[in-house]
Amino acid sequence: MQVRVLVRLKPGVLDPQGRAVHHALEGLGFAGVEDVRIGRLIELDVAEGTDHATITQMCEKLLANTVIESFTIEGLGEGAN
Amino acid sequence: MAFRAAVITFPGSNCDRDMASALAAVSGAPAIRVWHGDADLPDNLDLIALPGGFSYGDYLRSGAMAATSPIMRAVVAAAGRGVPVLGVCNGFQVLTEARLLPGALLRNAGQRFICRTVALKVENTASPFTAGYTAGETIRIPVAHHDGNYYADAETLDRLEGEGLVAFRYAESVNGSARDIAGVVSENGRVLGMMPHPERAIEPAAVSALGGADGRRMFESILASFATA
Repeated sequence: MQVRVLVRLKPGVLDPQGRAVHHALEGLGFAGVEDVRIGRLIELDVAEGTDHATITQMCEKLLANTVIESFTIEGLGEGAN
Repeated sequence: MAFRAAVITFPGSNCDRDMASALAAVSGAPAIRVWHGDADLPDNLDLIALPGGFSYGDYLRSGAMAATSPIMRAVVAAAGRGVPVLGVCNGFQVLTEARLLPGALLRNAGQRFICRTVALKVENTASPFTAGYTAGETIRIPVAHHDGNYYADAETLDRLEGEGLVAFRYAESVNGSARDIAGVVSENGRVLGMMPHPERAIEPAAVSALGGADGRRMFESILASFATA
């Protein structure tokens, strides 16, 4: 069973990487880009029936640092956020 | 009784030997080297040092994988018993990931790896690590990091400042750290995390081309607190 965890820097946390990419896009001539934020996509292949609470624990214990990052879980169907 | 310090080595640590060498030079006793996969620490330690480097290649986040190492469970337990813990550079990142210290270390605001000697202002002289300094004095210690940009939310920063838990601040613009914080101590003063490398500053410039001798006093402070304990 495939589960996708999206980890993002929280709003207000400086993202120098995103800023550099933003500048690079402008350098390539792309106009109208307001902001760039870079996150991380983690694809998990987990046993059927793995519940949302377990994936949430994985996120809180390791996959995301909740001091600076938020996470969303996709692919668990009902109950996914 | 000789001073007993342990230096933890994670896969990718690269300042562990420097740390052990500095501890031995100042204390006269060899540091005990401990591997990350060990489940237990040696008994009766006077200090645990987490060195700089790039543990686990900085996979996921700097320090995140190391914080899950078997030895870190023992380090957290030892810190709970009041054993002093010093985390330098990657060691600081590991301490924040292990939640022994608040905040997190983000990518430097300027995106670049920074490797130079910087001026620091000593803020806290109440911990065993910093008692040998004078409050407000400026010292020079080398930094070498890519992810040294200290972040915590405003409430946490206010608390750190209000309770005197900021150990060192950068006295010059370095990496974008919130309120120029270069190092913080735990509430009981027994855990210090800092990005600059005191172990690279233990000999006067006349002897070594490295960063001077201002880091030596940190190790002397730890030793003095041991002697009076």
